[in-house]
Amino acid sequence: MDDGALTDRPPTGPSPDSVPDPSAGSQSQLGSRSLPWSGRRRRRRRRSDPAAVPAFVLAVAVAALTLVPVIYVVLGGFTSTAQLAEDPVGMPDPWMTGNYGSVLSSARFWRQLGNSLLIALLATGLVVAVGSLAAFAVSRYVFRGRELVYTVFTLGLLFPVGVAILPLYLMLRELHLLDNPLGVAVPQAAFSIPVTIVVLRPFMAAVPNELEDAAAIDGCSGFAFFWRILLPLSRPALTTVSVLAFVTSWNAYLLPLLVLNDEQQHTLPLGTAMFSTQYTQDTARVLAFTALSMVPALVFFVLAERRIVGGLTGAVKG
Amino acid sequence: MPTGTMTDGGLSGTSGTGARLRRRPGRRMQVAALLAPAMLLYLVFVLVPVGLAAWYSLFKWNGIGPLEEFVGLGNYRRALGDDVFRGAVLHNAIFVVLSLVVQFPLTLGLALLLDRRIPGRPVLRLVLFTPYVLSEVITAIAWLLILQPDGLLDAALDALGLGGLIRLWLADQDLVLYTLFGVATWKYLGFGIILFLAGLRNVPEEVKEAATLDGASAGQIVRHVTVPLLGPTIRIWAFLSVIGSLQLFDLVWIMTEGGPSNASTTMATYLIDHGFQRYEFGFGSAAATLLFLISFVVALAYQRWVLRRDLIGVPAGRVG
Repeated sequence: MDDGALTDRPPTGPSPDSVPDPSAGSQSQLGSRSLPWSGRRRRRRRRSDPAAVPAFVLAVAVAALTLVPVIYVVLGGFTSTAQLAEDPVGMPDPWMTGNYGSVLSSARFWRQLGNSLLIALLATGLVVAVGSLAAFAVSRYVFRGRELVYTVFTLGLLFPVGVAILPLYLMLRELHLLDNPLGVAVPQAAFSIPVTIVVLRPFMAAVPNELEDAAAIDGCSGFAFFWRILLPLSRPALTTVSVLAFVTSWNAYLLPLLVLNDEQQHTLPLGTAMFSTQYTQDTARVLAFTALSMVPALVFFVLAERRIVGGLTGAVKG
Repeated sequence: MPTGTMTDGGLSGTSGTGARLRRRPGRRMQVAALLAPAMLLYLVFVLVPVGLAAWYSLFKWNGIGPLEEFVGLGNYRRALGDDVFRGAVLHNAIFVVLSLVVQFPLTLGLALLLDRRIPGRPVLRLVLFTPYVLSEVITAIAWLLILQPDGLLDAALDALGLGGLIRLWLADQDLVLYTLFGVATWKYLGFGIILFLAGLRNVPEEVKEAATLDGASAGQIVRHVTVPLLGPTIRIWAFLSVIGSLQLFDLVWIMTEGGPSNASTTMATYLIDHGFQRYEFGFGSAAATLLFLISFVVALAYQRWVLRRDLIGVPAGRVG
C-alpha cells in the first residue's frame, strides 16, 4: 500500500479553502497563470503528485524483483554450471555462448517449437471458427433457451482440464488420438469455447441493428451478414480471443503431458520440463533451454500485449 | 470498460432484430446450425468427460479392463477418510486464504501505485505483467533453480548478510507450501494488477477530488472511495483467485509433485497421482468429482451472495 508515502491527515483537518496537498499550492498558482480554467487547473494540480518520487522508487523496486528470475535465467544461460555453483549472484565471467549454441543447434528444440506452434494454431483456428459462429447465434438471434445455452457455455469457465482429464484421456485413447497433435488441440479448443463466447458476445451484440437492416435490404442476411459484415467488424475481439486461446495452448502442460508420450511429438513446455530433469546436474544448460523457450512467449506478449490485457479485462468485465 | 456499456445497449437492441428474424422461415435451423459445432465440441470434450468422471467414481477400475466392480460411494469414503486427501483440501484452503489476505492488499497497493502519473508507467506495467505470460513450466523450472540449496536466493541472502534466513525452501515440510505460494504470487500478481488498473479507470476523478476537498486523507480516499467503487473488480478478482487456488496443479506438480511427504499435495495433484501413476481411475475420478463439487459449490455460493449485486440489471452474464 502506498498510504505510507502520502500524508495521512486527521479527518478534522483542513477547512475547504486550504488546499490539502502541501505542494499543490505552488502548482495551482502555476496552473492558474497559464490555464485560467478551473477544470484544467484541477487536472494540473492532480498531475503534480507529492508522492510521485517514493511511488516511483517503490514501483521500480517491485518491477526489479519481478524481473530478477527472468534475468537470472537469461544470464545463467551464458555461464557454466561450475561458475553458477561458485557464484550464483555474479555476472557471467567469461560470457559463454556454448549452452545457447547447443540448444539452438539441436533438432529437439526446433521440433518442439514446431509442435507447439502447430498445436496452438490448430486449437486457435478451431475455437475461433466454432466460437464465432456460436457467439453470432447467441448475440444476434433471439430464440427460446438462448440464455440457457449461454449459461451452459459460461459454466465451462469453471471446469479446469484437471477435472475432466481422466475420462478425456480414456476417450482420446479410444479415438486413437494419443500421440497425435489433434488429441491436444481439439480438447484445448473445446476448453477455450467458454471464454471465446464470453468475449465475443457483447462485441457482436453491439453492432448496430441499422447495419444489419441495411445489409438485409442489399440482400445480405443470415450467414452472409455474419461473414461479410459482422466478422470484419469484430476483428479486435477476434484478435483477443485468438491470442487468449493461443497463449493458453502454448503454455499448456497437463494435457500434452498425458496425451503426447512420443518424444517426437513433445511440445515446448513438455520438452523444457523433460530437459530440466534430464540435465539436473547441468544448471546452466537448463537455464539456456528455459531462456530460449521463454523467447516466443515474450515476443508474442510484446507484440500482442494490448490484446492480451484487453482480453483479460474484457473477459472479466465485458 | 467500453464493452460494458455496449453489452447493455447492444443486447437490448437485438430483440428488435430477433423479432424480425423470427418471422423468417428456417430461423430455428439457422440457430441450430450455428450453435451445433461449438455445442458438439463442448459436449464431447468438456461436459461428457466431467459427467463420465462422476460415473467412473462409483467403480473400482484401473482404466483398462471392463467397468464392472461397482463400489458405490466407496471411493468417496476412502478419499474423505484419507489423511493425504484431507491434507490436500487443507492446502488448497490455505492457498485460498493466503491469496485473499496477502495478494489482495499487495495487488491493490501496486495497482494504485501504477495508477499514478509516474515516469515509465507503461514499461513498469509491462514488466509486472510479464510473469503471467510465461508458462507454468518455465516459472516452475526457473524457481526450482533459484530456490535450490546454494542457489540464487540463498546466495543473495548470504551476500546481504541475511544468511541466517536460509532454509530448505522446497524440502522443508513446514515451509514448502508457503514457498509455492510465493512463486504463485510472483506469477499471478501482474494479472490482478492489470484487472485492478482497468477497474481504477472507471473510478471517476471527480469523486476523489470531492473527497479531497472535504478533507479526506489519501488513506481515507482509498478506503472509503476507491475500494467501494472498485467493488465489482475486486469481487471478480477474488472469485478468480479462489477458483485458481482450488485448481492449482502445474506449478506444484513440477516443483514438488506434492512432496515432501505430501506436504504440498493439492486436490489436483492428488487426483493425477492416483489416476495416472497408480492407475486408480475410479478412485482418481472420485477425487476429481470432489474437486469439481467443491469448486462448483464455492462458485455458486459466491455468485449467490457476493456477485449477485454486480449482475442485477446486466442482461449478459458478466461472470468471469
